[in-house]
Amino acid sequence: MLEGLPGPLPDLDTQPFWDGCNEGRFLLPTCHDCGTVRWPPGPMCPACQSEQTDWVDWTGPGKVYSWTVVHHAAHPALAEQIPYIIALVEVAPSVRVLGNVIGCAPEDMRADMEVELFFEDAGEGEQLPNFRVPT
Amino acid sequence: MISRKAAIVGIGQTAYSKASGKTELALACEAIKNAAADAGISVADIDGVVRYDGDSTAEAALTSHAGLQNLRWMSSAGYGGSAGNAVIAHAAAAITAGLATTVVCYRALNERSGKRYGRAETWIAGRARVDGSKAFRMPWGMLAPPHSYAMFARRHMIEYGTTSEQFGAVAVALRRHASRNPNAMMQKPITLEDHQSSRMIADPLHLLDCCIESDGACAVIVTTADRAKHLPNAPVLVLGAAQGTGTRAHGGIFRDSLAVAESTSTARDVYRSAGIGPSDVDVAMIYDHFTPFVIFSLEAYGLCKPGEGGPFVEGGRIEFDGELPVNTHGGNHSEAYIHGLPHVIEGVRQLRGTSTSQVDGVEIVLSCSSVAQLSAAVLLGKE
Repeated sequence: MLEGLPGPLPDLDTQPFWDGCNEGRFLLPTCHDCGTVRWPPGPMCPACQSEQTDWVDWTGPGKVYSWTVVHHAAHPALAEQIPYIIALVEVAPSVRVLGNVIGCAPEDMRADMEVELFFEDAGEGEQLPNFRVPT
Repeated sequence: MISRKAAIVGIGQTAYSKASGKTELALACEAIKNAAADAGISVADIDGVVRYDGDSTAEAALTSHAGLQNLRWMSSAGYGGSAGNAVIAHAAAAITAGLATTVVCYRALNERSGKRYGRAETWIAGRARVDGSKAFRMPWGMLAPPHSYAMFARRHMIEYGTTSEQFGAVAVALRRHASRNPNAMMQKPITLEDHQSSRMIADPLHLLDCCIESDGACAVIVTTADRAKHLPNAPVLVLGAAQGTGTRAHGGIFRDSLAVAESTSTARDVYRSAGIGPSDVDVAMIYDHFTPFVIFSLEAYGLCKPGEGGPFVEGGRIEFDGELPVNTHGGNHSEAYIHGLPHVIEGVRQLRGTSTSQVDGVEIVLSCSSVAQLSAAVLLGKE
């Protein structure tokens, strides 16, 4: 993980996701009643207004929908960490989550390329999901 | 219906700079005073106010310090730049409903000398943790606006073959307009080569794809169309107004499509509200926090076909002497970044005939803003 940046602050709506990360599981909030996957995690299904959520394991791989290569350090903590890649990775039809793509040269990034999920130590005993090119 | 019930009668601004040396309250007071003077009214005649919900100033302070002592209707609009047109929509709605007769809309910010959006340490200093949608973006280094808006630019390139040179054509046009505007912060003309060789910020966005950061304030005064007839300036009628959302707008980048601006419904509604269509638009003021969004909005507002915005902006077509002039003041990109209110002010100038890059025979101006969370638009016209 990039170092020196703020970590996530869980709340009652998102706690199950972050708890899953710490067990090495990526849990997608999925409507118990209509099956709609939503992102970011929230209290209600935007399609049917159900408040019943299933947290469904997603294990990857995902496809890159869009990405940027950050060359300008927008925070002093990033000065020695640029350039880095941020990508939106499709985890369900039209549902995308954000992460870095580790181990890929910027010029090798392609739309729809496959990336695999893995978990990285984020300090303080926490794990956060990230992505890398399959080996 | 609000069409032709309200008119813009006053515009005011402060100097635009990198360091105003003033409080945001002082800037707000100054812009409001200037707008009232332009309208030929007293500040005490103003009975309504619409602020940006992110503004550090608010109604109570303005009663004590600007002399807005007769307020009977107050509102605010949100989401940064989309408020630039939303505040006008709110004012026109209140005037049409009879809740107020003379409303001031304003925005004041020391974005350059204060909390800089492009310098995350100026606004997340000391925060060990972030909540809401930030929790799903910032730990991976998505901190500043270019990081998220680059995702949209890339997706448009993927789906339509749009090029960085086309983003550059937007930058060249905006800077050309700013070079003719004495109030603009960036007046030195640029070439496409300058754009291409400017340093990469968040690929595919170069430095010259990004708007500037500014200190300053703007104010716009809206009153009834009837009252406007008795004031000094030629009235600029609000022909139509609309706001809209995308689906899943929380966090911006998690929406369904990043190649389509979310303003599809706003575009439909603003034209319906005014009873006119895209072919009636003479000049467009488009929220240009990043150059690709000019291209996206041209498509979303029907000024060109979906996917054809890239080729459309080439060849000087959006320059003041081109087929469809855009942001004849220089926009967020080169004049000043006051969250889209300068776009409304320039639209008024085009209809008054007082722009520094005046277009001949302007009858209808579209001002629109899409910031990928909410959007808003107004259509302005002559009496």
